[in-house]
Amino acid sequence: MIKANINKNLHGSNGNMNLDISIMIKQGEFLALSGKSGSGKTTLLRILAGLEACEGSIEVNGVMWQGENFKLPIQKREIGFVFQDYALFDNMSVEKNLLYSYHDKALAKELLELTELYELKDRLPHTLSGGQKQRVSLCRAMMNRPKLLLMDEPLSALDPLMRTKLQNEILALHKKFNTTTIMVSHDPSEIYRLADRVLVLEEGEITNDGTPKEVLLKTQGSQKFSFEGELLDIVKVDVIYIAIVSIAQQIVEVVISAQEAKHLEVGQYITVSTKAFAPTLHS
Amino acid sequence: MIEVISNLEFTPFLLSFKLALLTTIILFVVSVPLAWYLSQTTSKVKPFLEALTALPIVLPPSVLGFYILVSLSSNSPLGAFFEETFGIQLVFNFSGLVVASCFYSLPFMVQPLQSGFESLNKNMLEASYICGKSKLQTIFSVALPNSKPALLTAIVVTFAHTVGEFGVVLMVGGSIPGETKVASVAIYEMVEIMDYGSAHVYSGIMVVMSFLVLLSVYIFNYRLKRKVGLS
Repeated sequence: MIKANINKNLHGSNGNMNLDISIMIKQGEFLALSGKSGSGKTTLLRILAGLEACEGSIEVNGVMWQGENFKLPIQKREIGFVFQDYALFDNMSVEKNLLYSYHDKALAKELLELTELYELKDRLPHTLSGGQKQRVSLCRAMMNRPKLLLMDEPLSALDPLMRTKLQNEILALHKKFNTTTIMVSHDPSEIYRLADRVLVLEEGEITNDGTPKEVLLKTQGSQKFSFEGELLDIVKVDVIYIAIVSIAQQIVEVVISAQEAKHLEVGQYITVSTKAFAPTLHS
Repeated sequence: MIEVISNLEFTPFLLSFKLALLTTIILFVVSVPLAWYLSQTTSKVKPFLEALTALPIVLPPSVLGFYILVSLSSNSPLGAFFEETFGIQLVFNFSGLVVASCFYSLPFMVQPLQSGFESLNKNMLEASYICGKSKLQTIFSVALPNSKPALLTAIVVTFAHTVGEFGVVLMVGGSIPGETKVASVAIYEMVEIMDYGSAHVYSGIMVVMSFLVLLSVYIFNYRLKRKVGLS
């Protein structure tokens, strides 16, 4: 169980902001942190890790990590942290990166085999691909069998296929070690697949807290398709207008009326929705 | 020419290298923590410390030499202390030269190390703390091995710079053969007594060696950068 009451003044790109967060996280929970950039997600993660100072209190499994005039050093928190840029030790081989965290050769072997990296154990980080580096980083974070695993957009630099593969590995490790995991992510499908719970941060405050279904599904109970996308272009074809919209990784065309075309602006974020009583699914 | 070379006294060179070696070792030990502190701190003291460390670059060697002479002589409290406790005189002998060289070459060790540490990926250092490692362990296991070019530059340039120093050495050490008469001072004396032949040979050796040392640093750094794909 993690109990945290955190308060910190941030000087972000949008001026001053107050990070004011009060959360309880159950042991073994997989929590996703979502929200626009600059909303304080990474800072929250860094505060939990002890990499940044703040006011308030943090208690993890009955141990005070932070209280008044007290801060448990980073070194004693025994957490796992996966950085967005991997942050591997460039001077050490893959295996040494793991052993540096905790000298347990058997566990290192197990983790590397699980993530199909054992063949590469003697390679230096700069010879690895992005996906491989991130797996090493993930394995390294698990070496001390952390009670709390923190991940800062761990998969954002990878292609979709690699993401799916790594999502499975993250989930497998999360379950195997029964860690409490907090992951910053922008990707709804990633959050849906991995998380038990989502927190949405805006301007340093929690504005939404629930299961991925509750938070991410925009069309609860209304049998509708509804997607958010960016309006890329409006093309006039004879008498009709066609809006070209980018939704997730796809581009779609939607017919709109002249009246609608007038009120829309290219570059805007819009919602595309339709009734969907009998859609068909193909593989 | 052959006669000049065969009569050549190599003691000044040996002395220069002994001095440079000792200075480099002492400065390395002192500078790693200092450079680390400067690279990590956000304290307001930082600019003052940086300016202080950089002073020997801009000060005339005579100024530096003068102050060192005054503060280390047996009339000064520090000099008196060393003479009474350890029986060592700090001026006009080799130990005085080492002390003076350490001051004189300090920026050449601190600055490359500091910029090396500053250019390290901060997340990498934080990852080391998260792995449960102390600052000291992080410096030796992560920071230094990942700043090899800076490390080599610092060591070699400090060494070369100490071999090449002249003004401070002359002020603090004088020119006692076998004790404080290093190569640069020896060349100065040869020119003074118009022994141009020996001065040529000595100077030539200095130029060639300095060039080779610097060349090897640049080649090493170039190769290392290519290896990790930075250039």
